[in-house]
Amino acid sequence: MEDHRILKHPILPIEEREDVLFTWNGEPLLAKKGEMISSALIANGINIFGHHHKDGSAQGIFCANGQCAKCTVIADGLAVKSCMTAVTPGMEIRSLEGLPELPDTAFIPKYPPLEKLEVDVLIIGGGPAGLSAAIELGKYNINTLLIDDKQALGGKLVLQTHKFFGSEEDSNAGMRGIEIGKLLALELQKYPSVQFWLNSTALFVFSDQKVGILKDGIYKLVTPHIILNAAGAREKFLRFPGNDLARIYGAGAFQTLVNRDLVRPTNRLFIIGGGNVGLIAGYHALQAGINVVGLAEAMPQCGGYKVHSDKLKRLGVPIYTSHTIINAAGKETVESITIAQIDSEFKPIPGTEKSFACDTLLIAVGLNSLSEFTQEAKEAGIQVFSAGDAQEIAEASSAMFNGKIAGLTIAKEYGKEEVEGIPSEWYAKAEVLKSHPGKIKDYQKDLPEQGVFPIIHCLQEIPCNPCTTVCPTNSIHTEDDGLMSLPVYSGNCIGCYKCVLICPGLAITLVDYRNDKEHPIVTIPYEVFNIPKTEGEEIELVDIDGNPLGFYPIIAVLDVKKSHTQLIKVQVPQTIAKRVASFRIQAKEISEPLSSPLISEKLPDEAMVCLCERVKVGDIRKLIKSGITNLNQIKAITRSGMGPCGAKTCENLILQLLREEGIPTENIVSNTLRPLFIEVPLEKFPDGD
Amino acid sequence: MAKVYDVIIIGAGSIGVPAALNLALRKQKVLVIDVETAPGQQNNKKAIGGVRATHSDYGKINVCKLSIEIMKNWQETWGDDIGWLSNGYSYPAYTEEDEKTLKEQMEIQHSYGLNIIWVSPEEYNELVPGINKEELRGSTYSPEDGSCSPLLLGSAYYFHSLEAKVEYCFREKVIGFDMSQSKITRVITDKGTYSSGMVINAAGNYGREIAAMAGLNLPVQPENHEAGITEPVARFMYPMVVDMRIRPGSENFYFYQNNEGQIVFCITPMPPILGIDNRSTSTFLPLCTKRMLEVYPRLHNLRVRRTWRGQYPMTPDGFPIVGKSGDNLINAVGMCGQGFMLGPGMGELITRICLDELTESDVHILQSFNPERDFSRMEAFK
Repeated sequence: MEDHRILKHPILPIEEREDVLFTWNGEPLLAKKGEMISSALIANGINIFGHHHKDGSAQGIFCANGQCAKCTVIADGLAVKSCMTAVTPGMEIRSLEGLPELPDTAFIPKYPPLEKLEVDVLIIGGGPAGLSAAIELGKYNINTLLIDDKQALGGKLVLQTHKFFGSEEDSNAGMRGIEIGKLLALELQKYPSVQFWLNSTALFVFSDQKVGILKDGIYKLVTPHIILNAAGAREKFLRFPGNDLARIYGAGAFQTLVNRDLVRPTNRLFIIGGGNVGLIAGYHALQAGINVVGLAEAMPQCGGYKVHSDKLKRLGVPIYTSHTIINAAGKETVESITIAQIDSEFKPIPGTEKSFACDTLLIAVGLNSLSEFTQEAKEAGIQVFSAGDAQEIAEASSAMFNGKIAGLTIAKEYGKEEVEGIPSEWYAKAEVLKSHPGKIKDYQKDLPEQGVFPIIHCLQEIPCNPCTTVCPTNSIHTEDDGLMSLPVYSGNCIGCYKCVLICPGLAITLVDYRNDKEHPIVTIPYEVFNIPKTEGEEIELVDIDGNPLGFYPIIAVLDVKKSHTQLIKVQVPQTIAKRVASFRIQAKEISEPLSSPLISEKLPDEAMVCLCERVKVGDIRKLIKSGITNLNQIKAITRSGMGPCGAKTCENLILQLLREEGIPTENIVSNTLRPLFIEVPLEKFPDGD
Repeated sequence: MAKVYDVIIIGAGSIGVPAALNLALRKQKVLVIDVETAPGQQNNKKAIGGVRATHSDYGKINVCKLSIEIMKNWQETWGDDIGWLSNGYSYPAYTEEDEKTLKEQMEIQHSYGLNIIWVSPEEYNELVPGINKEELRGSTYSPEDGSCSPLLLGSAYYFHSLEAKVEYCFREKVIGFDMSQSKITRVITDKGTYSSGMVINAAGNYGREIAAMAGLNLPVQPENHEAGITEPVARFMYPMVVDMRIRPGSENFYFYQNNEGQIVFCITPMPPILGIDNRSTSTFLPLCTKRMLEVYPRLHNLRVRRTWRGQYPMTPDGFPIVGKSGDNLINAVGMCGQGFMLGPGMGELITRICLDELTESDVHILQSFNPERDFSRMEAFK
């Protein structure tokens, strides 16, 4: 059987782990000790975990986050979420076919009393925002409890193998997300007034001002005086016929599988969505040795940073802007997808369809703030703040900054007299850090063809400046010294490569005319060296947009271990030296469309809205057309939102449908918010004596 | 000019919507007014779905018998699947005294023609496999009781009432009546005024306030109850289990497996939590799961999916208040948490009150529900 483990990764260390034997539907297989069942199955090439009890549709990994139940399997007789349950030696795992059986229990369990405690501040979420806030509260010695539902602090930072944008001084720009996460976690531990609980999920903020938290499988009730919601965001889903096939999921799930669990869930990935999340996921896929067939984005230009999309294009991943997905096809899992160009009203243009063979589809079409804890706290009458994506969707650099602001605000609110006012420039900076990308400009002109200097292939205004702070001769500045404007080179390069190595966009090359003016040496940063490049190998050089510039041999490879980056040197004619931005690594054949498009007979209304309860677009649209605009009523009639995920996926799709049908926002009644955040076994709750 | 209807129903819930459909089928021009944005948005959707004729008096037994007939035949009559299940009800006894009380009740219930039997602990274990038999003395079992989805039935009633030309005014609040002696001449809302021959007060939680607008004082007091639902599993148990024992913090609690395979559960807090507060509390799950798992340890691994809170509009004696007051007001309030199971039968009864077609049995039924009774009796199975 093909091994779907990542055995080589340019950034992540691959540790030796003990093998554990388990069985899948009776067949013996190997897992790694301590890994989640879902990853063990995917590592063994198993992607269908069962079939839905309502329509027999194939089920598999979806959220990889314990939020839905699509990955449910039967482990030693019990239905469990495979993404949240570790394999144990000898575990008998079976696919879930239909509804699970509830095993009989002979014993009468005894339950201890529930633990109840009070804290001054409860922070929900140990990602960049929560950690940054907790550190500030720690500095003022405020009794703070930070909880996170993962096994490690850092939130999504722990999945981010790329170098971060933003400003070096405020948000560690230029460092990799995983390192920033570790740094923040380490700093947090300096403050004794802050305790943190891992594997701890907030279930609800109850009206009696207690927060139900499941910590390491034990239910506890915490009474906080103030809550900070730093719980992040959830991904939006998309409706298209075939969206309910197995092996369609979001970037969070993908990054968890690839960057946390080091499994390779796909050989041929297609990505929908050209925001930073989708673009970065594409890059992570390449670093994991996954072929990225293509990326489609509905807007005429990717919403993510240009440097991210340029990077993908240069490595050989085609990006189809003004394109949308028409359908996904396959027997049980995705086997192909079809995209088409869209007009100015986002309607597909007939005749422009292209189909691609792929085995997995990644949906990265935006995030929604996870606002329920804020709403619950308000309803319970607890003072509540929010930070990071839970407050407003933005980059992690911005989350760290507004986390800091939230921490200080709470400290002040808490009556710490010594807290000085928050400087107004902090707010200004917080605003800049969450800026959307700005204007695209031209390359810097008039650079001489002599000496050595950086070519900055960073032409779009984004909040990022590490190249300016790292230069030892102070030779790079942004146009107006602001964080957003473009960096320009202005003088005394000594060829130290620091800017080349720190640029999160891998958008700086160094051109050196000193040895041979007619054939300067170009140094290119490279961090996909799971696909190794060696001296003497001919590579196809490309310009900023991935246009070919010809094949040239590598003359040297410098391995800069500290920054997990290689410097690839090529010698090229003077005419192209400044245009060389990178080189193609993915062969053209990988991204070729099928010879003729597969036009599906399925109508858009056959797309699934509620994957849990199997409710289609058509069923919902019919109700909307009959005048029903109350989500609770739609739920009552169709069961949409009544499944295990609790409307986390379908609510947004239904709201989109309501908008599409022209229903004014004021006529829409949202779902009523109810406990619990995730499904929890009954046995966790009894308050014993 | 006020719009004129034959009947105005205040409240689009468990009672109001079935009454509306039945009246419309009898060619009445019906208007239903509700403050919510859609039908069934207060306590109808919060019902747990159990339906039993196993009560202790002629009135409730007969209304619910009719409800069961209507629900059981719904799909055949109307074509919609409402998830009806003849899964029965059971009241297990753990003390000699409870056994005695239950058996005495059974005699009364038999006299009203109910099919209800006593089962041994072993037989009960067949119906609820894995039930804790410690101290269990046996249980009642009424196989003809059952359950269906309040959401599906509520929606079905609503859609059929629309087909029957019932008009609905949502997001509209009744703020008063114009009265001429004991006759309501106009119903006044925050958006307009309407006239009708008859006015039905089916306002659930707000039944007392609406009656007060006609100068009546009806003792209806909402009490808060919380309920929960689990993930679905393959069918493993049959009847609703109602544990009548009193424990610190709670009176009875009950649970059953619905047609989707999910366990629905609910507990009666003690002392009662008066008022209207739909927010969930941290006390419900610890209290209810402790009792539930003690009785039925098999459930321990089953995952809770959702919990919610609603109200039982209670009367002092646990019986509804249904009947005509003055010239043209019919009160149908104080359903004591049984509006869903009483609703279909009540819809037909209300229609006959409206059209002055009461049968001898109806008259007997309405004695139990008389708004002018002294409320000193106690319902044994409330």
